[in-house]
Amino acid sequence: MRATLLIARRELGSYLRTWSGYIILALALFADAVLFNVRAVGGGDKRSAEALATFFHDVSGITMIASIFISMRLLAEERQTGTITLLYSSPIRDLEIVLGKFLSALGFLAILTLATGFMPAMIMIHGKIAFGQVAAGYFGLLLLGSAALAIGTFGSALARTQVLAAVFSGVMVAFMVLAWLLALVTERPLTGVFTALALHGIHFTPFASGIVHLRDVVFYFAVSYVFLFAATRVLEARRWR
Amino acid sequence: MIQVEGLTKYYGAHAAIRDLTFNIERGEVIGFLGLNGAGKSTTLRVLGCVLLPTAGRVHIDGFDVVRDPHEIRKKIGFLPDTPPLYNEMTVDGYLQFVAELRGVDGPSAKKRVAEVEEKTGLREVHSDVIGSLSHGYRQRVGLAQAIVHNPQLLILDEPTSGLDPVQIVEMRELIRNLRGSHTILLSSHNLPEISQTCDRLLVIQNGEIVGQGSEQELAARQGAGGAIEIEVVGPAERAPVEKAIEILKAVNGVAGARVTHEGAHSATLQVDAPTILRPQLVRALVKADIDVMRVDAVSGQLESIFLKLTQTQGQKVN
Repeated sequence: MRATLLIARRELGSYLRTWSGYIILALALFADAVLFNVRAVGGGDKRSAEALATFFHDVSGITMIASIFISMRLLAEERQTGTITLLYSSPIRDLEIVLGKFLSALGFLAILTLATGFMPAMIMIHGKIAFGQVAAGYFGLLLLGSAALAIGTFGSALARTQVLAAVFSGVMVAFMVLAWLLALVTERPLTGVFTALALHGIHFTPFASGIVHLRDVVFYFAVSYVFLFAATRVLEARRWR
Repeated sequence: MIQVEGLTKYYGAHAAIRDLTFNIERGEVIGFLGLNGAGKSTTLRVLGCVLLPTAGRVHIDGFDVVRDPHEIRKKIGFLPDTPPLYNEMTVDGYLQFVAELRGVDGPSAKKRVAEVEEKTGLREVHSDVIGSLSHGYRQRVGLAQAIVHNPQLLILDEPTSGLDPVQIVEMRELIRNLRGSHTILLSSHNLPEISQTCDRLLVIQNGEIVGQGSEQELAARQGAGGAIEIEVVGPAERAPVEKAIEILKAVNGVAGARVTHEGAHSATLQVDAPTILRPQLVRALVKADIDVMRVDAVSGQLESIFLKLTQTQGQKVN
């Protein structure tokens, strides 16, 4: 646990000391703000709750894309520069390495997500919003982000370079987001599976309108768990090769 | 301290090391000598608990590398062939991180960091960002991270690679100062360096050990008697050089002597004799009124052993 926090702290510091962190931060916030102006508050009159739901929906998309770029460096960069040897030869478990890396990425994503807070605040100035909806929306964003980051951590463990890691994770996230499309064209038992598997679709939409279902929370935790477990296994397997 | 039995490591279908067996005592300084790709790094990585062996048993301080790698990792400091440095961190921050990662707690880690910075000559760059350091300093930071938690066993993979001659001497000095307090394993293809630093050598070729022992033992086993180079001054005529050869050949223990270079004012002679005979040879020459300018034990001794060992191995394969 101590090692996990140590690694997380070092990694978070590294996000804030290098350009890449700020570039991701700036681009994501820019995209969020453009979508906010065009879709959430633009395009005719609507109720505040609707505007807020649209806002969370748009930000969720950006969050998933940002997660891929935030997580691509986690393990692939260590492998590229050879620093992974330092972690491999230290008295820490592979799970602690993966968890530490994941937590730092989650911390950085939290900074990015909370930095969008001024947008709901602007809706509040011009209309009336329920704090419950804002809280549920941000909770959902962090859960969705956590799942996407776990997928990204797994991709980063598999790949030799950061670019490859982003490609792997991008494909996996895209597949899981688009799973609902498969649900449309498949027969009965598979339809249910693909609908339930979809990373965004039925699991995120309730959060945007302020509804927290336990099954959605469990879903995101489960996805995060599975991919972090897989990433740990990849690290362990690499010692045999 | 270390018992290795039948250690084998495959990468896919390719065997990087095959059936290595050796023992290392506590406090020894051991050199792994071999050409590139001979299997040195793989061996050190297994001993450093970075890689798991395909077959064979490795015990370090009583712990098995497959079953208890965690216990072993607490006792070792490992410098891989490329130092594992985070370029965006400062030297202080990095060493503090490594110390805490290896289980030294916060306040004592700070003290240890200052100590190793002193020891490895990093004091003047302690607040610099690692990415801005020169290669020599980076290598020192690499050594510092390996010793920051004061490990019993120090594993250094090519610690002097890419350093200039002055830095090599400094690094050798650093490593020499560490002996006594640690068991040290280091690898190199730089022969003179390894013979000066190590108590015992393990010569690896094609993933197998082809010779082990001290330089003298290896030399004796290979029948390489050693050689001495002597530069003598003489008048420009030829007579004294021939006289010198006769005198040298007459000394007990000399197998042969010849002129390797002859200039107008000096001549270089090569004498086939154990290097400990140097004082006797000089005394004989001086007695005969021949002035000696320079006496050297030929540093090619280890090279010749090394070449012999690796060449015989090559013939075996062919």
